[in-house]
Amino acid sequence: MRLIAIMCLLLATLPARAEQVVLGLSQDEVAITATFEGDEILIFGAIQRETPIDAERPLSVVITVEGPSSPIVVRRKERRFGIWVNTDAVEVDAAPSFYAVTTSGPLDEVLTNTENLRHNITIDRAVRSRGAPMNITDSEAFSEALIRIRERSGLYKLIENGVDLEEQTLFHTNVSLPANLTEGHYEARIFLTREGEVVDVYRTPIEVRRVGIGQWLFALSRSQPLLYGLMSLAIAIAAGWSASKVFSALKR
Amino acid sequence: MQIYLPIAEVSVNAFLLFGLGGLVGILSGMFGVGGGFLMTPLLFFVGIPPAVAVATEANQIVASSFSGVLAHFKRRTVDLRMGTVLLIGGLFGAALGVVVFNYLKSLGQVDLLVRLCYVAFLGIVGGLMFLESLRALRNTARGGAPKRRRHNWVHNLPFKMKFRVSGLYISVIPPLLVGVLVGILAAIMGVGGGFIMVPAMIYILGMPTKVVVGTSLFQIIFVTAFTTLLHATTNYTVDIVLAVLLLVGGVIGAQIGTRIGLRLKAEQLRILLSGIVLVVCGKLALDLLIQPQELYTLGASDH
Repeated sequence: MRLIAIMCLLLATLPARAEQVVLGLSQDEVAITATFEGDEILIFGAIQRETPIDAERPLSVVITVEGPSSPIVVRRKERRFGIWVNTDAVEVDAAPSFYAVTTSGPLDEVLTNTENLRHNITIDRAVRSRGAPMNITDSEAFSEALIRIRERSGLYKLIENGVDLEEQTLFHTNVSLPANLTEGHYEARIFLTREGEVVDVYRTPIEVRRVGIGQWLFALSRSQPLLYGLMSLAIAIAAGWSASKVFSALKR
Repeated sequence: MQIYLPIAEVSVNAFLLFGLGGLVGILSGMFGVGGGFLMTPLLFFVGIPPAVAVATEANQIVASSFSGVLAHFKRRTVDLRMGTVLLIGGLFGAALGVVVFNYLKSLGQVDLLVRLCYVAFLGIVGGLMFLESLRALRNTARGGAPKRRRHNWVHNLPFKMKFRVSGLYISVIPPLLVGVLVGILAAIMGVGGGFIMVPAMIYILGMPTKVVVGTSLFQIIFVTAFTTLLHATTNYTVDIVLAVLLLVGGVIGAQIGTRIGLRLKAEQLRILLSGIVLVVCGKLALDLLIQPQELYTLGASDH
């Protein structure tokens, strides 16, 4: 109920365009605490329109959530001298640390290939590999392996029919973030499509950061590595010393 | 209870790590080894990135060795002079090891090197120790006295030095070399090297068994402390939260282990330890020989 109330308020206040997305997020910040077990973001919104609902050509919604991209080296093992050794390597120029696609219907129905190419929506479009060394002829296998490995650890996912679209107007979805999340600037994109063509795009940032002691330790390990190392040693020495004390006290 | 490790960037079960620390602590209390050779592969298995596992293990060994060496100081079973010579070699070896580690990391072969080192050294040490303790068990069963060690090639080298606590007058070259070797291994494998150092001191240097463990622990503290600092400043891979979780379990386990160890005979202990070493070795060897389910691995790019 409250959701709908917020929607109505949003609808009332925004300036008009043909058909456009009005959006809310349950949170635009994800805090990785020391006991972080993953999180869930509720993405909800409404479609604002000037014209009556076109029942003949229904709308669809495609939502992506993307983590910060970085280059990744993918290595392949081969049997050499009887043991499995890393041999070939391909650098994938940009691979998001997290990527989720969720749609209101079967992907091939809600999005045409051309629009996918234009907006880089599906997982294989989000992973960008410019080229491989000359000696490697099957560089796609490396990008596929990257996607496969990250899908298995829950970092990349495609959920068809994951978006609930009601009355061609209200939509909502949950995007679950795994426990092995890295921090950075994330972005959610909401695509409104009709017959596979993108009608409107809405982008909104989501900040994912470590907080509390985790953040403090990470920052210290990068800015003052020597101090951090000495602190690790001090803790180890103190633990060893107190163990010896407790042990000899128990013996007596 | 899940804990998010800030450096490893993975979420792990705290009780699982307590348990692992405790298990390895029991073994290290029983056998007088740091237990790194067991812990590092276990951490790989839990999903800690190898680089973080290796660096953090070094930090954990500082704690357990420090705890152990205090007990040995009380019993005056630490040869400080021998320890210092081993240490000089060890520091040099550790620095060399980190250079090798970083070079191999850039080649993408660090995983392989760590595994090969494990298989080779665990196999050699476990096998030798197993045969030796089997022989010792048979001898005591027959009632024969253990043979005294005679002089070998080690005693004919120059630069002789007196090691009073060990009752030795030998060249400094072999202890230096043993130190370098163990230092390299400590840096690459994330182990204190106790499982190599102890047999080397007994069989190569001919030190009396009662001073071996204390002296080895003494120098391991410094080598692993140095390794920890090098990893912390060059690779940023020491995870202090992981180290603390392992420490707590390890410290409690070591107490239990020491009590179990007191009830067993020396030969029984050694044969058990060699059995564990060989099992770990076999598991790692199989991983290298059998085709992995996933042929591809991901790594961070350097640029």
